[in-house]
Amino acid sequence: MEKTLRSVFIGEVAELPQKLGKTVIVGNKEIAVFKTENGDIRAIENRCPHKGGVLAEGILSGEYVFCPMHDWKISVKDGNVQAPDVGCVQTYPVEVKSGQVYVLIRE
Amino acid sequence: MIKQKLVLIGNGMAGVRAIEEVLKINPDGFEVTIFGTEPYPNYNRIQLSKVLQGGTSVSDITLNDWEWYQDNMIRFYPGETVTAINTKTKTVSTDKGRTESYDQLIIATGSNPFMLPLPGADKEGVKAFRNIKDCEEMIEYSKKHKKAAVIGGGLLGLEAARGLLNLGMEVDVIHIFDYLMERQLDRTAGKLLQAELEKQGMNFILQKNTAEITGRKHVTGLKFSDGSRIKADLVVMAVGIKPNVALAQEAGIPVNRGILVNDYLETDIPNVFAVGECAEHRGIAYGLVAPLYQQGQVLAKRLCGVRDNGYQGSVLSTQLKVSGVDVFSAGKINEDESTKVYKMYDDWNGTYKKVLIEDGKIAGAVLFGDTKDGNKLFDFIKKGALIEEYLESSQSANSEVNLVASMSDEEIICGCNGVTKGSIVEAIKANGLTTVDQVTGCTNASRSCGGCKSLVSDLLACTLGEHYQADQKEAICGCTTLSRDEVLAEIREKGLTHIREVMNVLEWESDGCSKCKPALNYYLGMINPLKYQDEHEARYVNERMHANIQKDGTYSVVPRMYGGVTTSEDLRKIADVADKYKVGMIKVTGGQRIDLLGVYKEDLPKIWAELDMPSGSAYSKGLRTVKTCVGENFCRFGTQDSIGMGIRLERKFEGLNTPHKVKMAVSACPRNCAESGIKDVGVVGVEGAWEMYVGGNGGTHLREADLLFKFKSGDELVEMIGAFLQYYRESAKYLERTSAWVERLGIDHIREVLSDELMVKEYNNRIDEALSVVQDPWKEAINNKNLLRDLYQNVKVPVETK
Repeated sequence: MEKTLRSVFIGEVAELPQKLGKTVIVGNKEIAVFKTENGDIRAIENRCPHKGGVLAEGILSGEYVFCPMHDWKISVKDGNVQAPDVGCVQTYPVEVKSGQVYVLIRE
Repeated sequence: MIKQKLVLIGNGMAGVRAIEEVLKINPDGFEVTIFGTEPYPNYNRIQLSKVLQGGTSVSDITLNDWEWYQDNMIRFYPGETVTAINTKTKTVSTDKGRTESYDQLIIATGSNPFMLPLPGADKEGVKAFRNIKDCEEMIEYSKKHKKAAVIGGGLLGLEAARGLLNLGMEVDVIHIFDYLMERQLDRTAGKLLQAELEKQGMNFILQKNTAEITGRKHVTGLKFSDGSRIKADLVVMAVGIKPNVALAQEAGIPVNRGILVNDYLETDIPNVFAVGECAEHRGIAYGLVAPLYQQGQVLAKRLCGVRDNGYQGSVLSTQLKVSGVDVFSAGKINEDESTKVYKMYDDWNGTYKKVLIEDGKIAGAVLFGDTKDGNKLFDFIKKGALIEEYLESSQSANSEVNLVASMSDEEIICGCNGVTKGSIVEAIKANGLTTVDQVTGCTNASRSCGGCKSLVSDLLACTLGEHYQADQKEAICGCTTLSRDEVLAEIREKGLTHIREVMNVLEWESDGCSKCKPALNYYLGMINPLKYQDEHEARYVNERMHANIQKDGTYSVVPRMYGGVTTSEDLRKIADVADKYKVGMIKVTGGQRIDLLGVYKEDLPKIWAELDMPSGSAYSKGLRTVKTCVGENFCRFGTQDSIGMGIRLERKFEGLNTPHKVKMAVSACPRNCAESGIKDVGVVGVEGAWEMYVGGNGGTHLREADLLFKFKSGDELVEMIGAFLQYYRESAKYLERTSAWVERLGIDHIREVLSDELMVKEYNNRIDEALSVVQDPWKEAINNKNLLRDLYQNVKVPVETK
């Protein structure tokens, strides 16, 4: 089966909370979508590699989210866990077209 | 409560200080109206000489700017003079035809310059030196004219002369005595001062009586009683002041030299008070700022009904503020048969020190050239200390920092405002102050004459120096090198209003983190509870969601149950909700509440709406629960109504934000079934009294609470808990539990701070302010569509079927 990128509309830019995450459920996938302070929109897997914490509820500072469970620091840009912890989460490309936000999911 | 109408006549230092003190004690008790003849907000009259000397504008010496009047909702009529007081109808009327009624009236009309009734005193070019207008006119004069004569070689005259010299005029100072400032200095110091001022270019004509001011329309010179003459284009009369009593006298208020007042600044007429230079207390009308401020404090307490011993009169000290010359004197100045003298005269360095001793005790002092010991001596004089005490202390004082370090906490640093070393150190520590200006803003020290600035700065060096060693300067997180205290000081000093601004202005090294953002959010809200917009995105998940997140991403819900008391109706609602939303577990918490576990995020607002109960704050860095035992109504051992007290406390303090969670308990006997001994604030009822314990902890760092106070009445207990919590809010680091905070500050220190009745009132005012904006977060969320969408709703995208 060939894998394709599917573009999923998740809402208007204006409807996403600033400096916070939003939980987006696509099928059985949970994605955390963040609107950062400078307006960038980032999408990562809503699951901390440590103990499965919901990253969408973490504190967002610049390009990093702090997991609400045990404070792991994870880049919302490239999904990398920051030292001293290690690991990474899956990231999803985001497209914004005339104020509408699409997350690209590989199927 | 209906506010009393408080009217102040006179917008000067004494009257406005009294109003400030009133606002501190009872900010909501009065509707304040101020009339001031001068068209300026309250300014520092002591520093008028600086305006005259040039380079200082009116706004530089302003003590209370226009905003202060607005912020405190004071009706202020600048440039409007009260012309009559009617004590029968309790009204005042003004030169602009306004009539204003009062419940309480303060007369603070100050004093007028004393103008010698000389022939020619009405000529153009004859001035007083008393207000901003006088200064402005003199500055104008100096642009056109060359020669000035100042009549009067006292404090005021010399300051005027120095100013005129700076404006480029030639100045003659005429004095009737054979040395300067004879009321404050002895002959030796007076002569030293004269020599110093002569070096600066002042010319003195001593032991001369002015007989006439010569000239036609405009002044051209002075003629003395011995027939000699000098030329002058400007004559400044600075021979003294007299209390301004005309208004009071016309209103039938008894006056002598000043308006007669008792120890509580009450005149003979009910509800009419006088304060400041216009008032005469035990035969003395004071003309210096320190006594006036002391009077203001007493008056404020009297108006607010705070018990006090009243005003007992003041021992005076003087500091001359002519650039380059330091002069100080206090108490007795001249020797007589009953005094002995300790004297040091250093011709080489130009310093002179004289201490007068009466029966072995320090009775007075005159210092010239080096006035560092001034405050210390002044303190010793007031205490009636033995001369040995002073001599020993001067030997041990090698450096200035050591000098302040060796002072006792009760020693006065700022004589004008009566600020002790202890209260400055306390303010530095509690508020993280780092500059003299911050100390001034916080404590009033060096706000008036500025003479103690160097002492305050030594005190800062000494206090912060120790602090740095003890604390190793703990930065609040890795994003900054600044400590909690420094950040707070910057927020206060620069008036920072939101997190991003703090991070930008204080040059954070990143966009913040999970440590500093919640901390800054707390500090900003604590500093300015009424204006700060809480940033929920900077809060930990539990505090943002108002629910406790569980390991699987579900939440728990704990409704409020005041004092742990519930009803069958509430229990039924809880049961119904639990069934409807299929909660995972129902459990009783450690704080005597019911916890519904395993709730989905989207269900939170619905459950809250259906429960229709306030949030139990089980997630908050704030007041959690007040645990109670059964108490006197049921228990055979109970001595007090612990449940009633617990409910009262929980209702009063619910929703309060604190540096970390605060747990309370109230037990009705020492068996302590509510476990008050391990709570942040634990109350134990005993026969006829309540014991208040603080700093207990049953968690990670198990700690037994310390007994703070014992009270007969519940009201006193509640008031002290308010003060304690606010003190903790203002001085603890974010995420520092009371147990750690009490250990850090020391229970004795906390007890000492909270033993001050005024401090307790002020802490309560501030905590009431913080509590006034508390809203139930659950209701807030339910009623706010944006909050519901941003925080509680997920986006669900249906899976495409292929």
